[in-house]
Amino acid sequence: MNPNQLADEANRLAERAHQLAEHVQSLATTVNAVAPEVEPFVFLLAVFLMACFVGYYVVWNVTPALHSPLMAVTNAISSVIVVGAMLATGLATSPWAIGFGFVAVTLASINIFGGFVVTQRMLSMFKKKG
Amino acid sequence: MSASLTSLAYLVAAVLFILALRGLSSPVTSRQGNRFGTIGMGIAIVATLLHHGMSGWGFALIAAGIALGGGIGTALALRIQMTALPQLVAGFHSLVGLAAVFVAAAALNAPEAFNLGTPGHIHPQSLVEMSLGLAIGAITFTGSLIAFAKLQALMPGAPLQFPGQHKLNLGLAILLAVLVVLFVMSGGSQILFWLIALVALGLGFLIILPIGGADMPVVVSMLNSYSGWAAAGIGFTIQNLALIITGSLVGASGAILSYIMCKGMNRSIFNVLLGGFGTDTATAGPGGPVGDRTVKSGNAEDAAFIMKNASKLIVVPGYGMAVAQAQHALREMADTLKREGVTVKYAIHPVAGRMPGHMNVLLAEAHVPYDEVFELDEINNEFSTADVVYVIGANDVTNPAAKTDKTSAIYGMPILDVEKAATVLFVKRSMASGYAGVDNELFFRPNTMMLFGDAKKMTEEIVQALGH
Repeated sequence: MNPNQLADEANRLAERAHQLAEHVQSLATTVNAVAPEVEPFVFLLAVFLMACFVGYYVVWNVTPALHSPLMAVTNAISSVIVVGAMLATGLATSPWAIGFGFVAVTLASINIFGGFVVTQRMLSMFKKKG
Repeated sequence: MSASLTSLAYLVAAVLFILALRGLSSPVTSRQGNRFGTIGMGIAIVATLLHHGMSGWGFALIAAGIALGGGIGTALALRIQMTALPQLVAGFHSLVGLAAVFVAAAALNAPEAFNLGTPGHIHPQSLVEMSLGLAIGAITFTGSLIAFAKLQALMPGAPLQFPGQHKLNLGLAILLAVLVVLFVMSGGSQILFWLIALVALGLGFLIILPIGGADMPVVVSMLNSYSGWAAAGIGFTIQNLALIITGSLVGASGAILSYIMCKGMNRSIFNVLLGGFGTDTATAGPGGPVGDRTVKSGNAEDAAFIMKNASKLIVVPGYGMAVAQAQHALREMADTLKREGVTVKYAIHPVAGRMPGHMNVLLAEAHVPYDEVFELDEINNEFSTADVVYVIGANDVTNPAAKTDKTSAIYGMPILDVEKAATVLFVKRSMASGYAGVDNELFFRPNTMMLFGDAKKMTEEIVQALGH
């Protein structure tokens, strides 16, 4: 192969690379346009499914004797919904949203305190022999 | 606090919640588990309070809400009697449901606070998630209220049924789906939102109404599961990891408990949900009038004599023991017998009591050590080696008809094999049948002695007789 041919070949390759780069860029722009719509949801869904599995295995490990405390404590922790209520109360400008948020904060707080306290009361009664 | 730091805090909270459930694998680790849960909740709340852009007014309102709710919740939890635990839990479930409804309503009115768009122009996907959280929350709310009313005896525990009930429910479910589609297409219409809430509230009411009082343990577990899914739905709406993870943990937990309960009764969840099983008032069973067969009955002195001469006694407690508040007398009886050298164990059926694990809590309250209390699988082989079985407040879970009589309503239900013991002492007010409305074959066995009377009084009398 003489140097001229080699230079031509290099030129062609460079052109092709340039084309490919442009193509990739246009693809990236498209992906960018779509990504924000899809990604968070898929991510959240993945977390949700994993958490379902974790819940499944953890709960099967709970001893049947403690199924009542289990219900009481799941009750308390599901009231982490208070987070949503707090954000509404603290960030919203609509008076309706603030009102709904406040009511939800109060309801969820009944559950949080009630749930953890009653669980503690139950668990403190479980004693070993002697 | 930066957004990533807040998310990280939520993640830590979620992990602590998982550890809280993990701790319940044994009574030894359970108390620490509960502490983990409390810390997790504290972290989630503090992280939210430090959220960027939180207004001073909002801060004050939140503090007021937490103080108000916290005060009420703590007071309720400290005062509740352990026999009334199922009602309390049902009531708490209803609050989670209602809170989910209000958070969804807040998100609809202030979508900008959660990055969901602007009022009237909310992202379709957020609207789908919002309506899921709303509908499940609303169903949980009214469903739990009915469960509460039935457990608290504010309304008859008997299944309330009317013709076309299931068709009506199906119709409402379809209407609900149509409303959700319209709501999503509308971009967040207020009217459609509240219509969805209304239909879901009605549906929750109608779903639980036909289910009998005896099936309330399953219902309470199922509603526990629903409250979790409602929280997860809201978590998707506001894109919050702590809510999604916790919601799915709780959802899974409730579903597993419902499954265990159903298995304990050998019934499918559909059979329970379609309702109509079990009545509050004992009716004459299909076995015919009691009069044509004889039962052997005895008094407290006879029972005390038999117990004293036994080397192993197994107690089978049921909800009747809790109603009579006999657990303390029972423990006293066990203590006296243990001093005489008798081995005492307790056998708990999966559906004993009014909620999963209820019997264990009631016995623990009476200071019965938890290592003397056994589940059905653990102890069922031991009945053949027991000299005496003391059945107090239980009935259907000991009925041998579940194994032999294919026509019986409880056929196939796993039972405690008490009939294999040398002597069965059965405390009962009268010959009335149990929840399932079935006669108990056990009463007529030659090795059964009926002790007619109130569970607490009879047990106290036995304690007295043992003292002589």
